[in-house]
Amino acid sequence: MTVSNAGVTAPPGRAPSDPKRSPGRSGTRTAATGKSLRERDKSGYLFVAPFAVATGLFLLLPTLYGLWMSFTNQSLTGTGSEFIGFANYAEAFSDPQVWQTLWHTVWFTVLSTIPLVVVALVMALLVHTGLPGQWVWRMSFFAPYLLTSAVVSALSSWLFQPDIGLLDTWFAALGLQPVGWLTDENVAMFSIAAVTVWWTVGFNFLLYLAALQGIPQQQYEAATIDGAGGWRRLFSITLPQLRTITGVIVVLQLLASLKVFDQIYLLTAGGPNGSTRPILEYVYDTGFTNYRLGYASAISYVFFALILVFALVRLLPSRKEA
Amino acid sequence: MSVAELVADRRTRAQQERAENRALTKLTIGPSPWVRVASLAALVVLAALWLLPVAWGAVTSFKHEAEAALPASWWPTMGWTLDAYQQVLSNSDLLIWMWNSLVVAGLVTLLTVLISAMAAFAFSQTVFKGRSLLQWLTIASIMMPGQILIVPLFRQMQVMGLVDTFAGIVLPQIVAPVMVFILKRFFDAIPSELLDAARIDGAGTWRLFWTIVLPLSRSILVAVAIFVFIGAWNNFLWPFIVTTDPQFMTLPVGLSTVKNAYGVQYAQNMASAMIAALPLLIVFMLFQRRIVQGVATTGMGGQ
Repeated sequence: MTVSNAGVTAPPGRAPSDPKRSPGRSGTRTAATGKSLRERDKSGYLFVAPFAVATGLFLLLPTLYGLWMSFTNQSLTGTGSEFIGFANYAEAFSDPQVWQTLWHTVWFTVLSTIPLVVVALVMALLVHTGLPGQWVWRMSFFAPYLLTSAVVSALSSWLFQPDIGLLDTWFAALGLQPVGWLTDENVAMFSIAAVTVWWTVGFNFLLYLAALQGIPQQQYEAATIDGAGGWRRLFSITLPQLRTITGVIVVLQLLASLKVFDQIYLLTAGGPNGSTRPILEYVYDTGFTNYRLGYASAISYVFFALILVFALVRLLPSRKEA
Repeated sequence: MSVAELVADRRTRAQQERAENRALTKLTIGPSPWVRVASLAALVVLAALWLLPVAWGAVTSFKHEAEAALPASWWPTMGWTLDAYQQVLSNSDLLIWMWNSLVVAGLVTLLTVLISAMAAFAFSQTVFKGRSLLQWLTIASIMMPGQILIVPLFRQMQVMGLVDTFAGIVLPQIVAPVMVFILKRFFDAIPSELLDAARIDGAGTWRLFWTIVLPLSRSILVAVAIFVFIGAWNNFLWPFIVTTDPQFMTLPVGLSTVKNAYGVQYAQNMASAMIAALPLLIVFMLFQRRIVQGVATTGMGGQ
């Protein structure tokens, strides 16, 4: 790239030597223009083009299209696409199904997020003791994460099978009544949350494990010399060091749990009696079973508003990068 | 490196690891044998609990269908059999779905890594008009959950004629703004003197990207690829929406339709679950270290 662009001056904020942007790197400057070689390299947009086009087509366009759709009465059968203003939103806010499924989503998020963080932490702390069998522990805790939702639901609904399932057989052996794991309205959501913890806790476990391995060993050595016992070291060194990563894991987990669909759809299809149906399933049902695309889009955007709150929190730390 | 050397290398590494682990045990739980035994017991219980569903599924899959429907027993009285596997492999599209999943996840991974790395390189090491605006847009799009786009995206696929095609399954999955930022952060650390030296030697931007930036970033590229592959392999919602023809279904979607067709054939259900679970589990056993590292470095979303 030897094209001269002496006439073009780079906007000051975009200069690569801007200390805020790239600390400690000034780059080689040419005597002729006083600009870094990097600034004279104008082919960047070619590199960004494929990603920009894909993002535009499959993210930006559907976002705008969906927004427009939410103001129409468009249906999947192709009829009607008149602009009907805020009618869909008005309907959504007075639709008890929206509130109910939204509540199921939040309830699932609470039920799953807490154990998904706590159990992951306990697992990581136990494995990080360096006790023998490292390979086995990692494998057992993380392997379920590699299973697809259809396998997870097949395995767990077999465990939950009434009467002949493993859990009911054990309960019978203990002289206990069988439980309607997936068929009792008071139990189903707990069963689904338990399956989810089993399935995805390995991911958070690995994040915690990586964070633990990042704690400098000197701190432990110093504490040992000072006579701090194992528990003392856990509470004064290990846990305080994990505060930041715990924040990140919690936010990531909240975002993931709010988007629940797969395992609920496959295990109970939202039942019994719609008692576990999450909002994404309501969107799916409205759009693809009842063909009301406009209304389904409106519900999507109501849901998006909820997610946005958490997504913004997630972005806060990385804003510096921009 | 010869096989003998490789084995010796592995052995010394394992020895090193054992020594490190012993030191770690001393540092974290100290000399108390009781805490050590209690921790080990907790690990055993947790691991058993975590392996239980898969173990139970595996046992069931080797039973006769008639016995699978009897109250649960770990040791079948009618003997072990491969019947369920034979049935599933000959009577369902399982192998087709597996192949589809492999193609889809492979394409998603390849395209995602390629376009994300290119964009990250552009953001990190070049200057062009509108760069800040595009970067800002990319960050904003991290917040956009793909799940809420299913309705307009499906309509769009209908218009584009991509329903029931691999392109329709793959393309919407290749937009991964988070990965762009993970890669950008890595590329930022490449010394600009290195790139400038190549530029002075007359290397074009493509050469810079292919021969310097990518080879230097192999570890992070592998990490991102692993992460994207697992996600694509397991993705359910989008392939479920965009495919209706069993010939184009991916494994998760196809399996979910089988469940209803088979009704009460538990052994066969478990056999297909086992077959479906196998590929990624084998890959994990082979590349455990890399996968653990890859998930840990990319899982935080670049934070």
